[in-house]
Amino acid sequence: MLDKRMTVDDIVDQLSDGMTIGIGGWATRRKPMALIRAIARSNLKDLTLMAGYGGMDIGMLAATGKIKKLVFAFASLDHYPLEPHFRNARQAGAFEVLELDEGMYHWGLRAGAMKLPFLPTRVGIGTDIVNQSGFDFKYVTSPYEDGEEFVAMPALVPDVALIHAHRSDERGNLLTLSKDALFDELLVRAAKKSFATVEKIVPTAQLDMQKNSRYNLVERAMIDGIAEAPLGAHPSSADPDYQLDLKHIKTYVESAASPEAWAEYKAKYVDVSEADYQAAIGGADAVKQLPVPIY
Amino acid sequence: MTQNSYSLAELVIAACAEVWRDDGEVMATGIGPLPRIGAGLAKLSFAPAIQTTDGEVYYTSEPVGPGKRAAEPEFEGIANYDRVFSALWSGRRHALVGPVQIDRFGQANISVIGDHKKPKAAMLGARGFPGNSISHPNSFFFQNHNKRAFVEGEVDFVCMAGYNPARYRNGAAPKGLDLRRIITNLCVMDFGGPDHQIRVISLHPGVTFEEVQDNTGFPLVRPDGDIPVTPAPTPEQLELIAKIDPNNVRATVFKDNPVGDRRPAGDKREA
Repeated sequence: MLDKRMTVDDIVDQLSDGMTIGIGGWATRRKPMALIRAIARSNLKDLTLMAGYGGMDIGMLAATGKIKKLVFAFASLDHYPLEPHFRNARQAGAFEVLELDEGMYHWGLRAGAMKLPFLPTRVGIGTDIVNQSGFDFKYVTSPYEDGEEFVAMPALVPDVALIHAHRSDERGNLLTLSKDALFDELLVRAAKKSFATVEKIVPTAQLDMQKNSRYNLVERAMIDGIAEAPLGAHPSSADPDYQLDLKHIKTYVESAASPEAWAEYKAKYVDVSEADYQAAIGGADAVKQLPVPIY
Repeated sequence: MTQNSYSLAELVIAACAEVWRDDGEVMATGIGPLPRIGAGLAKLSFAPAIQTTDGEVYYTSEPVGPGKRAAEPEFEGIANYDRVFSALWSGRRHALVGPVQIDRFGQANISVIGDHKKPKAAMLGARGFPGNSISHPNSFFFQNHNKRAFVEGEVDFVCMAGYNPARYRNGAAPKGLDLRRIITNLCVMDFGGPDHQIRVISLHPGVTFEEVQDNTGFPLVRPDGDIPVTPAPTPEQLELIAKIDPNNVRATVFKDNPVGDRRPAGDKREA
């Protein structure tokens, strides 16, 4: 019987220093935060983080000094537009960055997923994106009559992709039930290995795949391991199971005010087991009652 | 409400709405309360074909204003991010965005102030600005028209491409580059000067060209003759604005919610 079940810590044990880790989700939506907290607690170091559509994933790993290089298009907490830990780290010059356009990041993942070395794009032309010292962007000319010159957006190929989904069976047949699946499928296809946390592992029949086929993120062959992590996206959302926790995000934002404030947050919400984390945030019932946010 | 008792925010909303007047059936994205209400105003009046979203993932039949909603809007389509990229790359979108800096070329910045490697202020990151800028029409809103926003040289990190030949390997910008209007607390501008130089096309009531120029880090093109006054919102427009923004978020944008007509009393005539 094919059984890909692991624990969150088992997944983190698959990671090593210097790896390139791709993170799914978007800003405050479906960030694999149980995994991020476990990485923050680990001894891992010198990570290259590919988090194009970043939020607390970037902030928390920046605050814990895990990042050597960041590949991203933005870091935002939506209702709190600026990610405070990301800002602190950037302003201290704490890590190298490759800043991309959102669509270029998408295109890089798509090239990775298609096993192409690059995809041509106009995006980046005329901007400082293509002038960064951290990466030597190359250009290609259309071989057809138009002869237009494009930026060659290189494939983004993480060693490991980490995503959060809603349901899986033990074989890794995933359901991502949100209205927007975001770019998690491309991330998984681009990465050499992929691990998912899910709200709940269920028997295959309970995936009700005929009804839910549109939510089946990717074929299971692309998924190397799954871990059940209820509320594993908190404080980001895993709509429709639960919404983002604005009150907790405020607490998180305030933790960037001083090293002492961060130490306090870290002790209470990061350096603890997931069970203790859930107790600290008021329990699962409270999280499931969170109101739908207005964007 | 008398003819002249509109706020600066409402004047700006009406000016924002104008950017979509002749766009046809495109995705209209207004970032921030006034551009968003402006898109709604355009949709409910002279540009009914534009598509606007709930700010998250659906296109809605009626515009959705900022803040709490009395009722769930009618959804007419899905605008997941993958589709937003597809739409914007097609050119069928016009965004009205609020950068932190802009320069004489229309190059705009939301990434960093200072050195990119170790910025004095790290902001959002480039987001989708580079792709937006060369794919579809873009307009801008600046809440505070000053030299920190309208910078003297180039912006600190060019997120949106502009009309700067030095930035293009063959000297020409991609065909999709189409910068339209800039709306501020002082005036409305476009890129209609020689070589796409930024030109003042209307002054908000009570504002002079000199005041605008003094608050801009580069020379602006002054049109020949009298510069028009930015048209006041009509009573019908003010009603629609109130309908789109029942939470009155528009009153919180400018400090103390100033009136739209800042001419001295006795000098107020129909704009």
